[in-house]
Amino acid sequence: MNAVDLSDVERDEDARLKREVPLVPPDSIASRALVVVIAIMTFLACLTAGGALLVADASRSWRSDIARQVTIEIKPRAGENTEAILAKAAEVAARTPGVIDAHALSKSESDAMLEPWLGQGVDLSQLPIPQLVIVNMAAPQAAQLDLLRDSLAKEVPQASLDDHRIWLSRLDTMADVIVAFASALFVLMIVALGTAIGFATRGAMAGTREVIEVLHFVGATDAYIATQFQTHFLRLGLRGALVGGSTAALLFAIASLLSIWWRHSAGGEEISALFGAFALGAVGYIGIAIICAGIASLTGLLSRSIVFNHLRQVL
Amino acid sequence: MLRFENVGLRYGMGAEVVRDLNFSIAPQSFQFLTGPSGAGKTTLLRLMLLSLRPTRGSIQIFGEDSARLDKGTLTNLRRRIGVVFQDFRLLDHLTTYENVALPLRVMGRTEGSYRAEVVELLRWVGLGDRMNALPVVLSGGEKQRAAIARALIVRPELLLADEPTGNVDPAMAWRLLRLFVELHKSGTAVVIATHDLNLMDQFGQARRLVVGDGRLTVFEPDSQ
Repeated sequence: MNAVDLSDVERDEDARLKREVPLVPPDSIASRALVVVIAIMTFLACLTAGGALLVADASRSWRSDIARQVTIEIKPRAGENTEAILAKAAEVAARTPGVIDAHALSKSESDAMLEPWLGQGVDLSQLPIPQLVIVNMAAPQAAQLDLLRDSLAKEVPQASLDDHRIWLSRLDTMADVIVAFASALFVLMIVALGTAIGFATRGAMAGTREVIEVLHFVGATDAYIATQFQTHFLRLGLRGALVGGSTAALLFAIASLLSIWWRHSAGGEEISALFGAFALGAVGYIGIAIICAGIASLTGLLSRSIVFNHLRQVL
Repeated sequence: MLRFENVGLRYGMGAEVVRDLNFSIAPQSFQFLTGPSGAGKTTLLRLMLLSLRPTRGSIQIFGEDSARLDKGTLTNLRRRIGVVFQDFRLLDHLTTYENVALPLRVMGRTEGSYRAEVVELLRWVGLGDRMNALPVVLSGGEKQRAAIARALIVRPELLLADEPTGNVDPAMAWRLLRLFVELHKSGTAVVIATHDLNLMDQFGQARRLVVGDGRLTVFEPDSQ
């Protein structure tokens, strides 16, 4: 073939040539729908994982706070000097290894603790309200608690030691149930997402049957075609995961800021006690980024595998 | 290069669409495949392209038995075959340039390495000013030429063309035929399926493979 003289139009066309455009048509209604589905699923998956993380963190914090504190309880009996017994119990506790401090609550402090339940202005002097010694420990070990229990039994037989073991075990169970439930939800969402990706890939292949056929006829290998689909779906996955993940991250950041404000409002303390400060921390945000990357990769790899399976059956 | 022995094809449990096909395509040969509409020309081309498997008989292509081909070998064989479809099969979201460059691109060549040859071929087929146009805005003749350019760009050893001049005016048909003849002279075996008697008469040295009633009759140039 001879070289042809170029017209101005041809030179202009030559300068505007597009290169390496994706072979799978990039934009379609199905693609946009899949991006929306991936965004929603990623958002929900991040919320579930983040929520589980918050509960796990909060429960760790409750457990550690509660475990560091034990209570000595003394029931008032007629004819006994409760104040002296309290002081004795505090003194026994204070000399036990591992104890940081032991503080006997005064009558007024005990009454103040009951105020939220019984209300103000109730005369509690006639009621046999147990008196308490709050013992703070560095890192309580079973042996230290046993020693404290033995010492109290010998020296202050009226006292009983509550190391909150039952309450701790209930907290453990509750936190484990919440985390297990969140994990199951997370897995269900990933399975649902995988199914949606499967439908979308098969739909995209049906819509691009001619493209696949032409690619085969011009000598494309199955791997090449599968890579084209993988790239296409990886892009969709990334787009959806970024939208969903960043929305979830933004929501956690806003919730963290709001929690500072509502901590001082009615009921705020209870919510803070339950969920902490809604602060995910670096680990949480890295987790969201990993979920996004994982969902995008899942989208790409799953579509590749579906396309491969389909092409294996095509001549 | 290509040999059919007792080849027959049926779809499902129906009657055979083509039967008892016995012929061969020699390297550097030129033949027209003709016959009435619905006689099985396109089916025969698809058998040659190995996009259909025969229900009986054997097809040998480039020394390979089509029944024993694995996917990798099939892909390599297809890279040695250029094909022009009756309905063009251009990818609608790619420009003319990208469509023509497709066979080189799927071979893993970089855009820079094939740009000049694609542009030159496009200019040669008269599409130099339509390189950035999408197929939807091309006329039938322009699509035809783009489809032909895509088949020729790899300088195939075997070119299969289904009605390649069906949508162009006689002058362009003559120009395209010259292109096929030049390709044939440079060593490519050419099979052109056509109804166009004028076109066939313009190149009398070609064999004629006539399909009728599911069978094929070969007319050598001397016997026409």
